[in-house]
Amino acid sequence: MKPFGAVIARDLRLAVRQGGATFLALVFFLLTVTLFPLGIGPEPAILARVAPGVLWVAALLAAMLSLDRLFQADFEDGSLEQLTLSGLPLGGIVLAKIIAHWLTTGLPLLLAAPVLAVLLNMSDEGFAALLLTMLIGTPALSLIGAIGAALTLTVRRGGVLLSLLVLPLYIPVLIFGVSAIDAAVHGLNAKPHVLLLAALTLAAIPLCPWASAAAVKLSLE
Amino acid sequence: MDAIGQFFAMGGYAAYVWPAFAIVLVVMALMWFTGIHGWRKSEQTLAALRSNRRQREGDAE
Amino acid sequence: MSMHYFANPTRFNRLAGRIQPWAGGLAAILLVVGLYMALFEVPADYQQGDTVRIMFVHVPSAWMAMFCYSFLAVASAVALIWKHPLADLAAKASAPIGAGFTFLALVTGSIWGKPMWGTWWVWDARLTSVLILFFLYLGYMALWQSIEDGQKAAKAAAVLALVGAVNVPIIKFSVDWWNTLHQPASVMRMDGPAIHPSMLWPLLIMALAFQVYFVALLLARMRMELNLRRIRALRLAERSS
Repeated sequence: MKPFGAVIARDLRLAVRQGGATFLALVFFLLTVTLFPLGIGPEPAILARVAPGVLWVAALLAAMLSLDRLFQADFEDGSLEQLTLSGLPLGGIVLAKIIAHWLTTGLPLLLAAPVLAVLLNMSDEGFAALLLTMLIGTPALSLIGAIGAALTLTVRRGGVLLSLLVLPLYIPVLIFGVSAIDAAVHGLNAKPHVLLLAALTLAAIPLCPWASAAAVKLSLE
Repeated sequence: MDAIGQFFAMGGYAAYVWPAFAIVLVVMALMWFTGIHGWRKSEQTLAALRSNRRQREGDAE
Repeated sequence: MSMHYFANPTRFNRLAGRIQPWAGGLAAILLVVGLYMALFEVPADYQQGDTVRIMFVHVPSAWMAMFCYSFLAVASAVALIWKHPLADLAAKASAPIGAGFTFLALVTGSIWGKPMWGTWWVWDARLTSVLILFFLYLGYMALWQSIEDGQKAAKAAAVLALVGAVNVPIIKFSVDWWNTLHQPASVMRMDGPAIHPSMLWPLLIMALAFQVYFVALLLARMRMELNLRRIRALRLAERSS
């Protein structure tokens, strides 16, 4: 357990020292959300109607854009290979890095979402569901995204490829996340949607690190 | 003559039925010919490379 | 006969060369018969009129889109687990064919939708799932393209194919879920009318024609990939000598 925590702590320390990345993800989130009222008009009713979807889509994109730093820097300077010598299985290293990634992107996005929801005039009933679905759903974004990040590790300028690989896999998270908030806003039972989202994340916890580790191993060979 | 015209009219839906069938056949034909063409080209390249190699090995002896 | 009997590329090449023209010819015959039945023998539907004929190319295309992805996933699993040397070629060769059928399912669905719904595109559950499947094919092919080392590309693509295969049912379920939330139930589904026996035969013949066509084209593409692999090896050997 010790090296596992050490990997998380190391990644967090690096993220803090290099700063920037979390901040950029947040700015991107804010900027994307700002574009929607400018694009579709400022009528409060329309904005309230699209708010859950816009927030989730923007969070999805912000999380995706931060994926490239999940393994890339460590792979290039060789520290990823060194980590594999620490005795921790590769799947464990990958999971630790995913957790660190979530702490530095998913969590900040989750905390910023209510503020942006206010900007979009989302109705009050939706806020609890928004926070809950983001809490359950954003880990899945980091988990699924890790597979894409690992697969494109050796690809030069893999950003576009990464989005092509990852975005289709994000669709179920988007659908269940938004439908839960929509249900809450309309006074319906949001529980089935939330449970499905939770099932998705729970299934991703063992499967995604395993698949990502297989892909990372390829690049290290 | 009328029967043929009626057939091509497709009950007024000619503008949908015929393009749908046409695009399926065109895409399937294109996939087929690019596949066969690619295979033939690869055969030729491979044969050329092999005869080159045999020649060079013959020269070396 | 073990699974590795055809692992010998030369043996595979000879066998494939023998099957390929027969499969191609059979596909052509089935296609002609199926098209004749779909266009001449099937009566116009009392509700949809002659547009129902589009079903005979749309539904087999959609079936093939799904079938090719399953084939791709199984071939990838065989390549990863048993390291069968032809399996990754089979997976790579099947992807463009599957993408082609997925494209056809989308286009014919859209053309069929226009007289049915009044617009070229409706976010119908089936069309949406097929669209996402199309993106999965594109991602798979792009990954093959962008990793230069052939063996690494094969393994990475196989991992992606398996991840995709696990996700396809989840995506399908989520899209159906989403669709029932947003569409009134009265919207006509792409399932077409209840299948009348007079329609079943032409539909099955068309589906079989597409299937045999897939086999013939897959063999040709696999032989091409096999040749390309040999060419790459020869060129590498030349450069190093």
